[in-house]
Formats: sequence, structure tokens, C-alpha cells
Amino acid sequence: MSEDQPYDLSRFKATYFEECAELLAAAEETIARLQLGEGDLEDLNAVFRCVHSIKGGAGAFAFEDLVRFAHVFETSMDALRSGRVALTPHVADLLVRGTDTLGDFVRAAQEEVALPADHGADVTAALERILIEEPEPPSAVPVPSGAAPVVNAPILWNIRLLPAAGLLLTGNDPQLLFRELAALGEIEVVADLSRLPGLTEINPRDTYLSWTISLITDRERAEIEEVFEFVAGDTADVLITQIGLDVDGEGEGWGLFLPLSEPAPDPAPAPVAAVPSVPVLPAPAVARADPHPPLSAPIRSGTNASTGASVGGSGGSGIHTASIRVDLDRIDRLVNMVGELVITQAMLGQQTTGFSVESHPELIQGLQELSHHTRELQESVMAIRAQPVKALFSRAPRLVRDLSLKLGKQARLVMSGENTEVDKTVIEQLSDPLTHLIRNSLDHGLEPPEERLAAGKPAEGTIHLGAAHRSGRIIIEISDDGRGINRKRVFDKAVERGLIDRTAQLSDEQIDQLIFAPGFSTADQVSDVSGRGVGMDVVRKNIQDVGGRVVVQNTPGLGARFVLSLPLTLAVMDGMLVAVGGERYVLPLTNIVESLRPTPQQTRTLVNVGDVLTLRGDYIRLVRLYELFGIKGAITDPTRALAVVVETEGGDRIGLLVDELLGQQQVVIKSLDSNFHPVEGVSAATILGDGRVALILDAGALRIMGERLSHDATVAAE
Amino acid sequence: MSESSVSESSIRQFISFTIGDEEYGVDIMAIREIKGWTASTELPNTPAYIRGVINLRGAIVPILDLRARFGRGVTATSPRHVIIVVAVGSRVAGILVDAVADILAVSADEIQPPPQIERSDIGFLTGLVTVDGRMVALLDLDHVFAFDDLDLTDGVAAA
Repeated sequence: MSEDQPYDLSRFKATYFEECAELLAAAEETIARLQLGEGDLEDLNAVFRCVHSIKGGAGAFAFEDLVRFAHVFETSMDALRSGRVALTPHVADLLVRGTDTLGDFVRAAQEEVALPADHGADVTAALERILIEEPEPPSAVPVPSGAAPVVNAPILWNIRLLPAAGLLLTGNDPQLLFRELAALGEIEVVADLSRLPGLTEINPRDTYLSWTISLITDRERAEIEEVFEFVAGDTADVLITQIGLDVDGEGEGWGLFLPLSEPAPDPAPAPVAAVPSVPVLPAPAVARADPHPPLSAPIRSGTNASTGASVGGSGGSGIHTASIRVDLDRIDRLVNMVGELVITQAMLGQQTTGFSVESHPELIQGLQELSHHTRELQESVMAIRAQPVKALFSRAPRLVRDLSLKLGKQARLVMSGENTEVDKTVIEQLSDPLTHLIRNSLDHGLEPPEERLAAGKPAEGTIHLGAAHRSGRIIIEISDDGRGINRKRVFDKAVERGLIDRTAQLSDEQIDQLIFAPGFSTADQVSDVSGRGVGMDVVRKNIQDVGGRVVVQNTPGLGARFVLSLPLTLAVMDGMLVAVGGERYVLPLTNIVESLRPTPQQTRTLVNVGDVLTLRGDYIRLVRLYELFGIKGAITDPTRALAVVVETEGGDRIGLLVDELLGQQQVVIKSLDSNFHPVEGVSAATILGDGRVALILDAGALRIMGERLSHDATVAAE
Repeated sequence: MSESSVSESSIRQFISFTIGDEEYGVDIMAIREIKGWTASTELPNTPAYIRGVINLRGAIVPILDLRARFGRGVTATSPRHVIIVVAVGSRVAGILVDAVADILAVSADEIQPPPQIERSDIGFLTGLVTVDGRMVALLDLDHVFAFDDLDLTDGVAAA
């Protein structure tokens, strides 16, 4: 058993950190509601529970810094929810900062790095100030970071524990409570047997006993109350009375948290009526029963904070959640398996193309059903990995609020489509680009209030963040009603940075696209908001890495709109199978605009450009795939081959010359680099129905290769 | 049992195979499977010794033509040719050879360092061993599959 423990502990830790992430996100979301003034007492309770659960787990793993901060945070949360401190905007801001700092501590614990000793000291101090602002004399003792806690003289407490009949059913065990109390000091427990029925009438699930506990401890009342955190009010009546002191005031003493991994200091064998040397403000005799959430509230199971041990602290044992936690690896395995099934199904389909319904009715029907079920299975598996973009969007209100304050701008965030679902991996990849785009809109897009008023707009700018499914892809839009992109400045800047030639003739759209060029940043001064020169090109790259595109639509004076288009999943896509020479390639269907057999009039050779295709007045560069890839036996005459018009990121179009189209097919994306090396012009590979490998073409890379080839050819000709 | 385990520790097993008249050996622990030649999908703009990729039960596995890697021309493949699938680090790759020859048990002190002679494959060898009068060259797989420093742009010239 003991050998297993380190392994088990690390597994529990992983689960704990996952929970922390969820709890922090939940707390942040709730605090955002509180900031808007929409929250109620239940929201405060919810945040309290989040912080409390984090603290509880942290105690179990002995993350002492985390515990210390969480305790301070929790204490001020408790003051808030008990109504003794009002929730002012200042306090709400403080909660946001507290959550951030708590997150810092969680991350530090997770990555096993030490934060500076004074990390979060300002937030700690501010949180403690909340308490000081209470009308009562300041009872909160500031926590000196890392310093030894202040120890009070021992006091005798009398505790009455009257459990309700269902106490045991909620997973609570009085013995464990006693053990926790014993850790606080010296206890003496007297059981009241008066309610005990005869042996035949005993229901083993009921509690018939009640207890009177004498506790001599130097800890504060709050710590004693904490032991009963999950039983008081709901499953047991708890009366905590201080003995031997004059009740001369109201309020409670907020104590310090001692990590229980440390042995409790020996309680002095003080006489019962000992008067403590440090004044402790005694509370009214009856413990607060109210702040404890009702049983039906979604309390996350967690260990009780004060012991961090195995106390079944879950007050919500009756709650059955309809979800389970599954390792991502397992889902990935499932996704892979479905991928294999898709391939096998394609293979069967191919093998039976010669069979007619008349000759093999059952076979054909079976195959059709197989195909139907495969697709359904694939969609269901993908749905497991799907998450609403809400997780992604939830950070936006914070960001907009903080940044607009910092920048002296007024901004309102409107969100839509938060429940649109997309693959988890895509969500992870989207987080940074989205943050950057929102910053960009606030920093560069929205004007200061006076400038907006002068332009006849409302002082408050609007940023819209929206998500939607469109033709098998997810579309995410970030638009603002600001000044738009100043094309002249962009052009000048691009010239200055050497990105383009001053004489270059660019369309408005091409100028707009310049903001995605590497090293481009229009901020006149580098601010800490945006404008570090690693901006939009990184955004575009991140998006492209997950098979997405980003385009900008700019209306100078009225605003800009960034549209991200991403695949719903990274595992399967719809492709067009094309043949060149003896080879077959897959073109992502989303890239294809149209295909045509060029007429002799449509193909031209332009000086310095090379072969082009004229299509409805536009010139499109003709890229011969056989030439780029050195494929033998392909059709070289464009008028006898097919040109597939392919749109790349940023809206560039090329005409890709192939021999023929073989048909549309769903393909499973397989990495080429896992066993080999990236190959230019190829984004990945897939396995076709006949078991052969086909390469998936990367339209953007093909465009660049085509340009380079014709450039080289031009240089060679000169 | 105890006697054999002492000698086992110093004995390594190799699978030997032929390319033309030469015999080569690969540590048996690196070998995942041996299969007949199946048509591969060519990778554009790669050196001639990269024979493309095949589907190995759902994984995309590159195939390396060992004869071409040693600069002795591209193998004219037939169904009789053999792919030896090996694991190199975390990667899986196949090597195309003419035929599998033998399983060799070689004790460590029998392995000679590669001689300082002119041989086109000398850089890819870890040692030589003589078995029944035949000389078997032992392959340095890490070097054979050093794809990371592979410069794909000038690979076409090798063809």
C-alpha cells in the first residue's frame, strides 16, 4: 500500500489542479456577474465555495503559500457573504485581483516553482483592509508573509453537536469531526445517550447520539466553526459557546490559518476560567447557521479544509452529476479508432463500386448503413471533445474592462453565440489570438471618448465578439465600431519597415492585409497593451496552425471586423481527391472555390509573373503541381488539364493545375512529421480507401512555392 | 541458468540482411516488424533515398532505400524486396533491403570497429563482425535516419 502512495498522490494532484482550473474559471465568471451588479448572495456563496475548495485541496497537498492566501481570501469572502462588508465596485475589483493571485499560487504549486515571498502581498493587504473597514475594531491580524502566525492564549470552548438523523447519510462522520477538533487543541467529548432506543429499534443509518465537547484551544472561533463547515445548519445543530470570558462585544475574531501538517501547538493546561492575554472578541453563543449553502447547491466534493485529510466534506453527497471526467488520451484513442473505421469503410466502399443494387441488394444496403453509422459515430466522438466557446469568451469581459480603464476608453462588450461548440484543441489554440485581437480592437480600433463624440459616435465604443457554425467550420468574429484601419498609415509603416516598395500599387484590401505581415506594428509607441511588433502575424500563424484563416474587413472611420474561420475538428476533414501523373493528392474542400478546364484564351504568360489564368477579369497565378512536386507523366498543357481555383489565407487565389478530380471524400488527418519531417507544400497525410497514403496539400505553401518558382525562372531567363 | 545469463548479457542479437553482395546487421531490439515491399507514396522534393511513405496499420511511416542512402543507386523494387520496420528514438521508419539473411548472436568482443577503408557506407556503421566467414556490417540507425538535419531543398540533385 505504502509504495503506491506517491503514484496515487500525483494522480490526485492532477485531478486537484484540473478542479482548481474549473473552480477558478467558475469564480471568475461569477465575479464578473458580481461586478456588473447582477449577482446575489448565492453568487457570493458560490465564489466562497470555490475558494474554499481550492484551499481544502491545497491543505491536503500541503501547498502552504496557496493555503495561506486562500485563507485570507476566503475570510474576506466570508465577511462579504455575511453582509458585514458591502460589495462595492472597489471590493469587486479586489475579488478579481484576488482570483488572479489565487490562480498564480495554484500555478506555482502545479509547476512546483516558488513565487517571490511577497507575491500577492498587496492583494492580501487590500483584502484584509476590507475587514478593517468593518465598524468593529479591527480584529483581522495582517498575515506577515512567511512569518510565524500569532498564537493566542488558550480558551475553553463548549461545543454542542446535535446531529440530525441523516448525518451519516451525507458522508459525515462525527468521529472525524472530533479528530479534527482534537487537532486544534485538547478535547473532552461527552456523549448524550438519552435518545438511544432499544437495540431492536436501532436503524444503523441513523444517529441517536449527541455530544458535548469541551475544547481548550488557542485557535480562533472561525477555525472551530470551520470544522463544522459541512455539517452545521443542514445535518446537525452546532452550538459553540465560549466559556469563562465576559461577553463584551459582537463580531467574530478572524484567525490565522495554521496548516495542519504542522503539529498543533500544545495547549497550555490552563484552568477552565483562564482569561486570555490577547483579547478575542467572542461571538454570540449560537453559531451562525445561515451562510452554509443548502444541500441542493452544487458543492464540489472536496476534502475539508481544516484537516486536508479524508473527511468526507462533501455537503452534497446526494448530488449526482451527469458528467464524468475522462482522460484526454482515452478520447484521442477513440478518435483514432474512429479514424481507422472511416478508412476501412472507405475501403469497403471502393471494393464494391462494381456491385449493383440488383445483384447484391443486402451488401449495398449494409454498406450504406455502415457509412451512415460511421459518420454518426464520428460526429458523436467529436462531440465529446467539443466544448462551448464560452470557456474562451469568458475572459473577454475582464479584458475589455481592465484595458478600457487602462487606456481611458469607454467600451462595451457584446457577445453572441457563446454556446457554439468547437474542438477542445481548437479552443486552446484560439485563446492567445483572441486575446490579442481584443486588445488590438481596444488599443488601435476604439477612439478615446472625446474623439468619438467629435465623430458623432456615442462616447462608449462597442466591441462585438461572436461565434457561429458556418458550412462545417466555426467562424469567430471580433468587430468594433472604432476608427477602422488607417490605410495610409499602414502603407507608410509597411514602406518604413521595408515590407513593401513605396511605388507598390496595392488595393485597399491588400493594404489591410499588411497588418498581418511579420514585424508590422502600427502603434506609434510600444505600449504594454499591444504593439510589441509580434502582433498580428503571430495571430495569423496560430490560426493557420490549426487549419484556420483570418481575414480583416475594414471600413475606415466606422470600424474593423476580424473574421477567424477554423475547422471544427483537427482530426477529420472533407477533401477533394485529385490526380496528377500517377499520384493522388487531397485538397481541403474548404480551400476550393471552383474548378475549370482553361480555354486557350484564358491562359497567358505575363512578364515577371509567369503563367496566369484570366477568370472573369481577374488574373490568377497558374501553379503547375507537377512542376512543383517533380511528378512525371502529368498533363502539362493547361487546356487539357484542370485548373482548381484555390483560395489561400488572406484571400489570395491560385489556379492549381491537376490532371483530374477523382471525387470528394472524408479523410482522416495523419501527421507526417511524427515519423518523418515536414514537407513543403504538404500539410499532412491521410490513408485512402485502398490503404495507400495520400498527401494533403497546403494551399498557402503551394502559392509561395509557385511564386518562388516563377521568380527563379524569371531570374534564370535574365 | 546462472551460467547462461552471464554470457547472455554480453551477447547481442542482430537481424542480418543483404543489399547486393553486402550483408548488414541491425540490432534485433530496434526491429518492429519485417514485411514485403508495398508500393509507397512519393514525397515531393525529397532525396532519392527517401522512397516515400507507407501506411503501417494507420501510421504514416517513411521508407528509406538503404542502397540509395549508401550512394549505390535506387533499388528497382519487386515484391521480393523487404521492408524492415525499425524504431529509432520515438520514430518508426522502414528500410528497404534486398532480402533478410540471418539472425546472428554476437558477443560484444567479437565486434570490430569499422576499418579505415574507402567504403561509401562507412559513416553509417558502428562496427563489423565476422560470422561463418562472412563479414556483416552493423548499422548505426540513428545516423541512417538523421532526418532532422535533412536538407530537403537540394535532395532532388541526389536523384
